[in-house]
Amino acid sequence: MRTNKTFRALVAAAAVTLFVQAPAAFAQAESEDPIKITWHDWTGQFITATMIGEILKSMGYNVEFVPADYIAQFVGLESGDLHVAVEIWETTGKDALEASLATGNTVDLGETGMHAIEEWWYPLYMKEQCPGLPDWTALNDCAEAFGTPETLPKGRYLGGPVTWGGYDDERAEALGLNYEVVHAGTDAALFAEIESAYQRQAPILAWVYAPHWATAKYEGEWVDFPVYTDECYKDPSWGGNADMAYDCGKPRGWIKAVGWAEGEAKWPKAYQAIRNFTIDNELMSSLIVKVDLEGMSVEEVVGEWLRDNEAVWKPWTQ
Amino acid sequence: MIPAHAIGVYRRNSWLLGWGGAFAVAIVVWLGADWWQWAVKAPKELSWHVEALGSCTSVRYCVTGFMKWMLGNEAYLFPWTFKEFTRAVAACIEMPYQFIRALLSTGFEIPLGNGEIWSIPAVSWIGLTIVTVLFAWRIKDGMLAVIVLLSFLCLVGFGQWESATVTLASIMVAVPIGIVFGVALGILGYRHKRFEQAIMPVLDLMQTVPIFAYLVPVLFMFGFGPVSAITATVIYAMPPMVRITILALHSVPFEIKEFGKMAGCNRRQITWRVLIPSAKPGLMVGVNQVIMLSLNMVIIASMIGAGGLGFDVLASLRRQAIGDGIEAGVAITLIAIVLDRLSQAWAVRGTAHHPSETPRNWFNQYRNTAYALVILLATTAAGFVVPFFSQWPETLELTTGQFWNDLVKWININFFDQLEAFKVFILLNILKPVKLFLLSLPWVVVLLFLAVAGLQLGGWRLAVLVVSLALFILITGQWEKAMITVYLCGISVVFASLIGMTVGVFASRNPVFKKIVIVSIDTLQTLPSFVYLLPVVMLFRVGDFSAMVAVVLYALPPAIRYTLYGIENIHESLVEAAKTSGCTRWQLLSKVQIRLAWPEIMLGVNQTVMFALSMLVITALVGTRDLGQEVYIALTKADVGRGLVAGLSVAFIAIITDRLISAAARRRKAALGL
Repeated sequence: MRTNKTFRALVAAAAVTLFVQAPAAFAQAESEDPIKITWHDWTGQFITATMIGEILKSMGYNVEFVPADYIAQFVGLESGDLHVAVEIWETTGKDALEASLATGNTVDLGETGMHAIEEWWYPLYMKEQCPGLPDWTALNDCAEAFGTPETLPKGRYLGGPVTWGGYDDERAEALGLNYEVVHAGTDAALFAEIESAYQRQAPILAWVYAPHWATAKYEGEWVDFPVYTDECYKDPSWGGNADMAYDCGKPRGWIKAVGWAEGEAKWPKAYQAIRNFTIDNELMSSLIVKVDLEGMSVEEVVGEWLRDNEAVWKPWTQ
Repeated sequence: MIPAHAIGVYRRNSWLLGWGGAFAVAIVVWLGADWWQWAVKAPKELSWHVEALGSCTSVRYCVTGFMKWMLGNEAYLFPWTFKEFTRAVAACIEMPYQFIRALLSTGFEIPLGNGEIWSIPAVSWIGLTIVTVLFAWRIKDGMLAVIVLLSFLCLVGFGQWESATVTLASIMVAVPIGIVFGVALGILGYRHKRFEQAIMPVLDLMQTVPIFAYLVPVLFMFGFGPVSAITATVIYAMPPMVRITILALHSVPFEIKEFGKMAGCNRRQITWRVLIPSAKPGLMVGVNQVIMLSLNMVIIASMIGAGGLGFDVLASLRRQAIGDGIEAGVAITLIAIVLDRLSQAWAVRGTAHHPSETPRNWFNQYRNTAYALVILLATTAAGFVVPFFSQWPETLELTTGQFWNDLVKWININFFDQLEAFKVFILLNILKPVKLFLLSLPWVVVLLFLAVAGLQLGGWRLAVLVVSLALFILITGQWEKAMITVYLCGISVVFASLIGMTVGVFASRNPVFKKIVIVSIDTLQTLPSFVYLLPVVMLFRVGDFSAMVAVVLYALPPAIRYTLYGIENIHESLVEAAKTSGCTRWQLLSKVQIRLAWPEIMLGVNQTVMFALSMLVITALVGTRDLGQEVYIALTKADVGRGLVAGLSVAFIAIITDRLISAAARRRKAALGL
């Protein structure tokens, strides 16, 4: 170990001298402090984050990517440990976002142009056993087809993690669906079950959201519930069930970027560029497929797109 | 003097009285359930309304409120606010981390005045491999060198090098901090009995409160990123170091200490020149533990910004690339194996080469360091000319990812029905009835049984301890979730112990089988559980059964290890005696070996419980409804109070079980006259 220690000390000393010699400068951007963009654990978000990061780099900013949990990151955004989160979904992050904006320590950086869809989903081959789909009223006739030995005679619906909210237990009750709602603990567990069922062409009814690779990999459809309105969630008398709220589908909505409030003064042009940034579901899905199903790296995919579409993104930086 | 048989009668009577009384009360409560609802159904969370306390109306709100106050601008830790203080600490950890990470992984980028960037590459993988292999060879033998070489080549060949070096960087910062604080607290504990008594319960909590529970407060204090991850790692990995330091210092022979005194050492000299060097072998065991536990944390640390291999595991599982997840997971195992073997070899060498035996050769020392430096610099410099030296070409990267995906798919398609039938059988016949039974138990009865068990096994102190810990769970409104925890954990422990004991017994009889078993459980213990969580879900669906399978897999190693250890440590003469008196193999096993090994097996069960409880928090990711889920929800909502209260409840279940089982094992040992 002594060998090792001495060696480390020497290397450290050498490196420190190198550090000290180097003068610090370069200032096309307002501040050379790195803008820290968070990185979650789904591919679409990697792509958005990398794209925004690369665009900011092209403007002369220093950018760092920091892996962080989707909800836990708000703590960091408020304190300034993190600076920009690029994908907050109305469907899952609305409450957290509103709570955070209310503190005044974060600012809304506008919609990214993507549209979040979340709903009960089934693979296309289930239509053979349940021809009435996608209309939700067919669900009760097929409850046994979607059931497992533990849930029979009820059907089984695999919902997202409890932390995602979504009111599925309430929905099943309000719509009189003869289904047991089972919550997966994480996104990964949820899609593991879908993957498993799809491999066997077995029945599955689960929560799928878009933009996501699943909609490209698996052929399937979302169930058509009565269309969501604000009243449906708030007013019990609305909709088919006069006594209960949640007798409709899930809201679909924006995906927003959010930033640390003080960053507005520190990197104004960068924040403006993020506000200008826009991308749609179709483009995003095609990029996700390249990464997850064709095996390209996120950097390659984003680099390729930025090279070929300079005319699209250059104006955002002005 | 009371005759021996009278004590026996007295004890048997009190035993009967205690348990009989408890059963009687249970039956009465059961019959009167309709009248005494309060005694059956666990009460809601205890809350109060006291104006002076503001919004602090229940335990968890108080915890959250306290945390807010600490991090606001009012709590002073002279002369800074508390937050400034923790952030300063964070900066101190951040610097060496960034430096090591740049050195090993990312390289340095130094901006020059004219807008250009001068980049110094990271240390070449070839250089680092050669130096580590030579180091391994020097401190142990060729065999270890080969192991190190193969592991490093695997990391490089499978394209894991970059992530591995990031992980290594955070380990290289966390481990020294853990060791320094561990030894310091250990020395304090050794010197002051009071301090030792005060710190022991804290250590218990550090080891049993699930990591998820203190991630949020750590995030608040140290900010987002690698520093928080490192801090959480240190909290989790340090306790064994403190315990082992205290133990090792106490076990230094009295004569050596006396000799130090006679030689005129002062207290500081005795500690650093006499005690610590003499206790070195023991301390190195602690170092080894700190390294292994830090590696256990890699995945969880990556959830709050550590990056590296843990992040790769999570990301590949997220896109259902099971194969990639397994590869990144195995890379963590390889790092664990290399660090484990190197630190063990170093520990052994440290005692073998005592300074007095071989005169120090300073020239030799410096020569080796110089060689290492030259190799590192030369290979890194060569990277400028030949890219191969700085990075393994991507075209040569191997991958087995597809193989694993296909294997799981094949099992899924061909065996799902059989697995499903087996699962449904266990679920309906064992899991569900036990769950219903535990949930229907009146809380009064549970507390009563705990009290009686405590009294019988360890006296009134133990009884008071276990009952008050259980009361905490009750008044914070966690009772139902706690019972589900007990149910899942209990069943898993039963399965793990049964399988573990069987395997352990067989392994003790067949040396070849034993080797296979030991390699498998070593791998199982260091392989991140996340890696096998997904295939388990694919084959068994989301639910309690999947959680149970994952917990059993994780908790199996200690059950096997302790059984093996217990049976192998039975005195040879006892086994011989049994054989000569005509025992059959079965009799030998059931009447002699298992009975004598029982205390060790019980300790194994105890460890199995601890492992199972720590795993339960991770199975919340599959979807269970126990305390693990509560902790996980609190984590995602950044709710400090909720997380800590649920985390403490898990810890208290662990401590109750641990104290009761240890007390039982002690009694058993005394009865066996060991």
